[in-house]
Amino acid sequence: MKLCGVEGQFERLPAPLPMWRASVDLKQWVGAAMAVKETGGRLLSVWGTDQRSRDGHFVISAAYAVQEGLVWLALPLGESETGFPDLSTVFPAASRMQRAMADLLGVHATGVSDTRPWLRHNAWPANYFPLHEGATGDEHFPEYPAEEYAFTQVEGDGVHEIPVGPVHAGIIEPGHFRFSVVGEKVLRLEERLGYTHKGVEKRFEQTPPLLGHRLAGRISGDSTVAYAWAYCMALESVVGVKTTESIQWVRALLLERERIANHLGDLGALGNDAGFAFGLSQFSLLKETWLRQNKKLFGHRFMMDCIVPGGADVSFSKASHDELLRQCDEVERDVHLLHSIYEEHGGLQDRFIGAGRVPPSLAAELGVCGLAGRASAQSYDLRADQPWLPYDQLDVQMVTHRNGDVAARAITRFEEIYESLRLIRKICEHLPQIMHQTKHEFAHLHGYGIGWVEGWRGDVLIALELYNGEIRRCHCHDPSWHNWPALEHAIIGNIVPDFPLINKSFNLSYSGHDL
Amino acid sequence: MNQYGMLSQLLDVVMALLLAPLLTGWLNQWRALLQNRSAPDLIQPYKVLHKLFFKESVIADHASPLFRMVPYLVFGCMTLASAIIPMLSTDLPLAPAADAIALVGLFAIARTFISLAAMDIGTAFGSLGARREMLIGFLAEPALLTVLFTSSLITRSTSLTSMVTSMSHNSFAIYPSLAFAGIAFVMVSLAENARIPVDNPATHLELTMIHEALILEYSGRHLALMEWAASLKLFAYSCIGLAIFFPWGVSTSASPLALMMALPVLVVKLAIGGALVAVIETLSAKMRIFRVPEFLATAFMLAVMGMLVHFLLGA
Repeated sequence: MKLCGVEGQFERLPAPLPMWRASVDLKQWVGAAMAVKETGGRLLSVWGTDQRSRDGHFVISAAYAVQEGLVWLALPLGESETGFPDLSTVFPAASRMQRAMADLLGVHATGVSDTRPWLRHNAWPANYFPLHEGATGDEHFPEYPAEEYAFTQVEGDGVHEIPVGPVHAGIIEPGHFRFSVVGEKVLRLEERLGYTHKGVEKRFEQTPPLLGHRLAGRISGDSTVAYAWAYCMALESVVGVKTTESIQWVRALLLERERIANHLGDLGALGNDAGFAFGLSQFSLLKETWLRQNKKLFGHRFMMDCIVPGGADVSFSKASHDELLRQCDEVERDVHLLHSIYEEHGGLQDRFIGAGRVPPSLAAELGVCGLAGRASAQSYDLRADQPWLPYDQLDVQMVTHRNGDVAARAITRFEEIYESLRLIRKICEHLPQIMHQTKHEFAHLHGYGIGWVEGWRGDVLIALELYNGEIRRCHCHDPSWHNWPALEHAIIGNIVPDFPLINKSFNLSYSGHDL
Repeated sequence: MNQYGMLSQLLDVVMALLLAPLLTGWLNQWRALLQNRSAPDLIQPYKVLHKLFFKESVIADHASPLFRMVPYLVFGCMTLASAIIPMLSTDLPLAPAADAIALVGLFAIARTFISLAAMDIGTAFGSLGARREMLIGFLAEPALLTVLFTSSLITRSTSLTSMVTSMSHNSFAIYPSLAFAGIAFVMVSLAENARIPVDNPATHLELTMIHEALILEYSGRHLALMEWAASLKLFAYSCIGLAIFFPWGVSTSASPLALMMALPVLVVKLAIGGALVAVIETLSAKMRIFRVPEFLATAFMLAVMGMLVHFLLGA
């Protein structure tokens, strides 16, 4: 079988989406990257595994999204070898993932110029690697000299730097932004992330596989449904459990409700960052009612832990169907009204249009995905591209725009809300009247599985390796990895006070990225 | 100077100091109401001042004495400004000390020192704020002066008290020149008082701040003085506007009764004015900072047009 230019032994993983896995050699590894790039595929994630005790070497993995589905390529390195061919020349998005891998696993892409640490903020010494098999994550280290992080300097007449963060004036997640500006104009922005690194991937290795969905659901709170579903999908595909159709309908309902909640919040915040506080209070009101409905129907405002391996931990009644539908009508009416207010507000549109533009060509080069990608003509939406149950019965209409500015990202959110509301109405027709909790047998916890779900921000990926009933490696990938670099480009040439607005229009995850 | 003059002068200043935070609170109430959310207390600004005055003042190690001095200086400037603006009465012994031009200068002194203090600390945000503040200041001042000149042309005096006296003694007439000047004045006041659409007083986004960036490093009693001074500035601007465009009700005779009557009239006028500012703030979004020069240039142009109209129509 031939996939991404590689003729190899592809193993089809028993997942609802088409996914293949194969071991490749060095030549195939490089060739595959080129072939994927040429055929318009995307790099999803790069990660590494320490298999020295079992096989005597490290294994580097890459996941690509191609037309046929998802391809997971595993490259076993030679014995005591810690270098592998660099992917960032083909896919620039790989750069930070490879730097993170060097921090966590001590495996380097060869020939890269940027060897600065990414997730390691002097919290552990440079010769300690948390993802090594021997490491527990509980180690304490004697004093060691802290390293300075070398930001790229911009020189010129009147150029100066503005350091912002990691602690911000508002209550948001920590991240450092280093602006090189001349006057108000931004010449360059450099991000420094990793402040919320908490060793999630190591924690997974100490977590029983059947509890992993709880940890996955806490990687990025705003995407808890997407992560929990991705984890469950991965676990179910390892074990070969097929969930019932009604479970899948419920999961889709939760995912769409999560999407709408986040879009509502973001639209309000976008208005507020442009000084239009009226928008914030209206959308906050809508989001709050939406979240309270979640609490009432599913027991948690963000629907945390509602998706469990093999099922969905929610209960239903006829009344809840009616409530869901009624709320859809109410929200749709209000969002339409607010949409027209936003559209007709000259001052607001003046701030939105043209700000933070990511043109389609740049977006394609950087591999921008998810919502931000769709606003820059990157038409990828798993729900439409590789529709799995139940999305194959819903005929999802993907929203794309070409302008790639703040206005495009705002309108994409509006239109995705309408589409998700339509989906929820259709889903409600298929929801079970009563939830039957089917007990699945999770035996034989051994093998590979992948979960791939279109969260509200973009596609969330979880690659799971189980070994004799234990998690050997669980790699979680947030779409923010691809979109953070795009933000650095989006701000170039804009003015400093527009940054918060542009940043909010992406609204990327720190926690999901830093893990 | 008589006893009555002393009394009205004292009342003028004390009232400004006491009522200024209330105006800010009133404005916040209306903003909240119009945005469909529950409002903070009307007296919240007083509570904030009380809290700040009892908090420790933390000062950066490398701050110069200028940094400590500026809050008092700015507060002093604003107090003096409110002393020479005829809020309740035109019989102000201090008023001859400074006319409308000096008043603008007084605001300029405060602005200059607040910007110097912001740069003194050497943080990126301080300098950023100072730069923006000066940009706005140097465009707003000429516009404000032109507005004041228009009304001095009508009243043939640059002294605020005599402007108010002759305006309120004139029979009621509509001055087209003042209509232009009035719009210009509103625009300048929004810019000068860090209101939307020029600045956002409620923002927490350090990169977009103007006024907040200037006082970012202040804490405790220093911050309290700065906040109080900002309230005073808003109050003073509102009173200048009322004095020039709606002078009716200000006591022009030396009678205690007129003085007593002037207070409720002023409060009512401020209440209406504050609500209108809240409406403007709710309806507009904050503009891009490079639109501010256009905005203020428009204000300047309107003010100049007011002057021209006066020359053309003699009214």
